[in-house]
Amino acid sequence: MNYAVLVPMIAFLLVIFFIGYWASRKLSASSNFISDYFLGGRELGGFVLAMTMVATYGSASSFLGGPGTAYTMGFGWVLLAMAQVVTGYFVLMILGKKYAIMARRYKAVTMIDFLKSRYDSTAVVLLSAFSIIVFLFSAMAAQWIGGARLVESLTGLSYNSALFLFAVSVLVYVTIGGFRAVALTDAVQGAVMLVGTLVLLIAVIIAGGGIPNIVNDLLAENPNLVTPYGANGDLTAAYVSSFWILVGVGVVGLPQIAVRAMSYKNSRSMHRALIIGTIVTGFIMLNMHLIGVFARPVLPGIEIGDKVIPLIALETLPPWVAGIVLAAPMAAIMSTVDSLLLLVSSSIVKDVYLNYVKPDAAIKTIKRISFGVTGTLGIIVFLLALNPPELLIFLNLFAFGGLEAAFIWPIVLGLYWKWGNKYGAIASMATGIVSYIGLHFYNLENGNLFGVHTVTLPVLLSLVAFIAFSLLIGRKAYQYNIVTHK
Amino acid sequence: MEETDWRFKIAHREAKIGVGLALFNFVWWFGFAYGMGSRPVEEYSYIFGLPDWFFYSCVLGFLVMAVLVIVIVHFFFTEVPFEEEEDSP
Repeated sequence: MNYAVLVPMIAFLLVIFFIGYWASRKLSASSNFISDYFLGGRELGGFVLAMTMVATYGSASSFLGGPGTAYTMGFGWVLLAMAQVVTGYFVLMILGKKYAIMARRYKAVTMIDFLKSRYDSTAVVLLSAFSIIVFLFSAMAAQWIGGARLVESLTGLSYNSALFLFAVSVLVYVTIGGFRAVALTDAVQGAVMLVGTLVLLIAVIIAGGGIPNIVNDLLAENPNLVTPYGANGDLTAAYVSSFWILVGVGVVGLPQIAVRAMSYKNSRSMHRALIIGTIVTGFIMLNMHLIGVFARPVLPGIEIGDKVIPLIALETLPPWVAGIVLAAPMAAIMSTVDSLLLLVSSSIVKDVYLNYVKPDAAIKTIKRISFGVTGTLGIIVFLLALNPPELLIFLNLFAFGGLEAAFIWPIVLGLYWKWGNKYGAIASMATGIVSYIGLHFYNLENGNLFGVHTVTLPVLLSLVAFIAFSLLIGRKAYQYNIVTHK
Repeated sequence: MEETDWRFKIAHREAKIGVGLALFNFVWWFGFAYGMGSRPVEEYSYIFGLPDWFFYSCVLGFLVMAVLVIVIVHFFFTEVPFEEEEDSP
C-alpha cells in the first residue's frame, strides 16, 4: 500500500468531513429546513457560488477522461475542451437575475419547482422528476465507479474497499449537511483542483524539458498532434464546434447547474461568481488538458486514458505532493457526486413526495424523510457500483446530452418567452429525450449525422417542438409581472 | 396595461450581453483555431513554445474573455434586489 500518497488524501477527506459537520450544525438551528437542506437558504456568496458551479461541472471526465483523450489526440482535444470557458459566464448571465427573481417569487427550491410554477402542470413536474431521477442517478453511479477506481489505483486497496471508503466519505457530509455542506466542500474541492492542476502542469513541463522541447517531441512523433485536427486528422471543425452545445452553452439546461443559479444571496454574489467562475473554469480546463498532451513525450505508451493523470503525477512529483495533487480528481468526482445525490434526493422528497404524496407533512417528518432518502439513495448507488449492471452504464450515456436536450428550452424560454406554455414544455422534453436516444443509436450504426455530436440535433428539434406546441395548443401569454401585490 | 418590472429590463439586457459574449467567444476561438491551424504544420510558428493557432485561440482567447467578463460585469451590470418590494403598486 502506498502510504505516502494515502496520508495526504485521508487528510483531505478529514477536512471535507469537518466542513460537512460544521454545515450540519448550522442546519439544525435553521427555521426553514427544506430551503436550507436543498438550497442552502439562498445565501451563497460569490466565491462559493462560482466554485460550487465549477466543481459540480468538472467531473471525472474533465479530470481523468478529458486529459486522457488529449494524451492520444493532441492539441485538438485541448481546443475542444476550451469550449467550456463559456460555461463560466454564460449560465449565470442567461438565467441571471430574472431566474433569481422568479425563483424567489415562486419560492422555488429546485429547478422543478420553477418549472411547476411557470407551467402550472403536473405532467411537466412528473416528467422532469422522472428524467432527473433516472438519468442523474445513472450519471452519479458512473461517477462513483470512477471515484472508486481512482482510489483503487492510487492506494492499492481493492475495488470494493475503495468504493466503500469513497461512499462513506460522500454520504456522511451530504446526508447530514445538505446543500450548504455540498457547496462549501465544493469550494474547498474547487480550490484543491485549481492548485493541484497548476502544480502538476509545472511538474510535467519541467520533466519534459520545457514546452518547446515537448512540442518538438510531439512533432517528431506525429505532426498531427500539434494541429487542431487530432492524431489521425479526423477531428473535424464541425464536430469539435458541436461541443460548444454539449459542454458549453447547453449546460444551462443541466438541473444540477440550474439549481445553483437560484442559490445566491444577492446580485453582488452573482457578479463576483461570474468573474471567478470564468477564470477558474478556463484555468482548470486549459491546465488539465495541456497536462494530458504534455504527458505524452514524458511518459509514452499509456494505453488506458483514465490512468494518464494518476501515472504522470506519480512519475513527476514526490509521493506526498502527488497525494495532494491527486486529491484534485478525487475532489472533482466527489463534488459532482454530492450535488447529484442531493439533486436526486430533492426530486424525490420535494418534487414528488411533498407535491403529490403528502403536501402537509410535518417538519419533523420532512427532516426524517430527507435524511432517509438521501442516505438510502447513497446505499443503493453503492450496492449498484459494486457490480455495475449494463442498464446503468447505458443510461449514463444519455445523462448529460439527454437532460440538456430535455430542459434547456423549458427553462430558458420559460424565463424569456411569454408564449411558452405547458404543451410546449412537455413536447420539448419528450422530443429532446426521445430524439437523443434515437439519434444515439443511429450514430452508433452510421457515424455521426452531419458530422456533429449527437446532442446538436435533439437540441434544435426540442426548440422547434417547444415553439410549435406553445403556439398551436392553448396559446396564451404568460404574465411575468405582478400587477397587484397584497 | 401593466408595466414591465424595472428589474426585468436590466435582466433582459444582461442576458443579451451573455449571448453576445458567447458569440464573440466562439468566433474568436473558431477563427484562430481553424483560420491559422489549417495551414501545413511546417508553416506554424511557436509562441512560448505553443503552436501559434493554439496560443491565439485558447490561451489569448481565454485571457481576452476573462478581461471582457471583468470589464462588462463592472461597468454594465447593475445590482438589483431579488426580493419583492412589499409596497409595489
